[in-house]
Amino acid sequence: MADTRKVLIDPIVDNNPITLQVLGICSALAVTTSLLPALLMCIALTSVAAMSGAAISSIRHRIPNNIRIIVQMTIIASFVIVVDETLKAFAFETSKQLSVFVGLIITNCIILGRAEAFAMKNGIGMSFLDGLGNGLGYSVVLIIVATTRELFGAGTLLGTPILPLAADGGWYHANGMMLLPPSAFFIIGLLIWAVRTARPKQVERPEYQIHEVHRTEVL
Amino acid sequence: MPESRDSIKNTFAVAIGVSLLCSVLVSAAAVLLKPAQELNETRYRQKIVLEVAGLYDQGMDIEQGFASIDAQLVELASGDYVTTLDARSFDVAAAASEPDSSVAIPDALDLAGIQRRATMMPVYRVMDGDAVQQVILPVYGKGLWSTMYGYLSLSPDGSTVQGLRFYEHAETPGLGDQIEREEWLAEWPGKRLYGDDGQPRLEVVRGKVAGGPSAIYQVDGLSGATLTGQGVSRLLQYWIGPHAYGPYLEKLGAKEEGDG
Repeated sequence: MADTRKVLIDPIVDNNPITLQVLGICSALAVTTSLLPALLMCIALTSVAAMSGAAISSIRHRIPNNIRIIVQMTIIASFVIVVDETLKAFAFETSKQLSVFVGLIITNCIILGRAEAFAMKNGIGMSFLDGLGNGLGYSVVLIIVATTRELFGAGTLLGTPILPLAADGGWYHANGMMLLPPSAFFIIGLLIWAVRTARPKQVERPEYQIHEVHRTEVL
Repeated sequence: MPESRDSIKNTFAVAIGVSLLCSVLVSAAAVLLKPAQELNETRYRQKIVLEVAGLYDQGMDIEQGFASIDAQLVELASGDYVTTLDARSFDVAAAASEPDSSVAIPDALDLAGIQRRATMMPVYRVMDGDAVQQVILPVYGKGLWSTMYGYLSLSPDGSTVQGLRFYEHAETPGLGDQIEREEWLAEWPGKRLYGDDGQPRLEVVRGKVAGGPSAIYQVDGLSGATLTGQGVSRLLQYWIGPHAYGPYLEKLGAKEEGDG
């Protein structure tokens, strides 16, 4: 039971795929200008991660080593297409905004990373939960970034005005930079800083440190 | 079974098995979800018609709004309305692929790169009582990668653009897909279709419109999307030209003059 909790909860803060492993950044930059497409992207990625984890885990003993990455990609790609078709059927307009990014889930490092690192070595149920947990970890970051960007960039949340804009007679001057991709970098950077301040264990040790060498030591 | 797992036999078996299963999954999803997707696409097209007419409001009933627009079929060669068929259920794509209901476009005239067109096309008229306010024409043609589908809204005499919008294309994301950008589409209203000699002049230029007497026919190019912009020019010039809506638009112009 403790294991299950760990697999599901750990990736949300302690082992977050974005803030700790710094994976899956490109879609986090692209789809976070407003909250609705970001939410849809979270659902899409989380379901692909969970389903592909379970599917790959179920045939992990049969997958030949030399074609394992291709087999994983085939399974992931199929689920992504299914999710993409479903979005086109039930959330047409938002799926148009997401355009290529749903298709690009195929190349999202989080999914293939979890397939290779976890699903190939663990049971079906655990792999499903691991995919779910990592998807949720990704989602938490995306939702924070998208909320910040939409709120300060457009004064709205899910399209509902929260901060009255000066252009419409309110007091808030929209920060246009929030709608541009660099702002997502800044927000993710600040988030990583905050998480690592709270959890100093996550701070990486420098790979190389310059220190004084005394000639006598060398000799 | 460590040794059999990496055997050639097992490698082929897994590769074929996974491919088969995945293709069944993908095809099943595509087939089962098709009706819902097609309904969405129809709604979206109707929404774009309403948008190009300037009638769209957030949250309105699209079906109802679309029903309030008058739909007619036009026989392109003569420019006359056809009353024997229902314009709303007319399928342009099907008509354009059937030899009986389409004509080949001579290469020299095929600016839009579509090879055949239906003999009849639907037009949508926004009415205020009995007076026509706008005429909306479906237009399509090749861009850089894909066929771009859109609607061109014209003044009642068919001489001036009132709006342009595309609803389907697969141009380069970030470059060619700027044809859906509001700021660019906002440049179109007020542009004139024909020069003094009656030839189609409407076009997308490279770079910025220079000004001068030609500016009334020209719209700024899209940076990084020169070929997509050319595609837009060419498809519009085809559809407003003599082989397509030309005769119909000429009749509209003559009628307005007669009325005035």
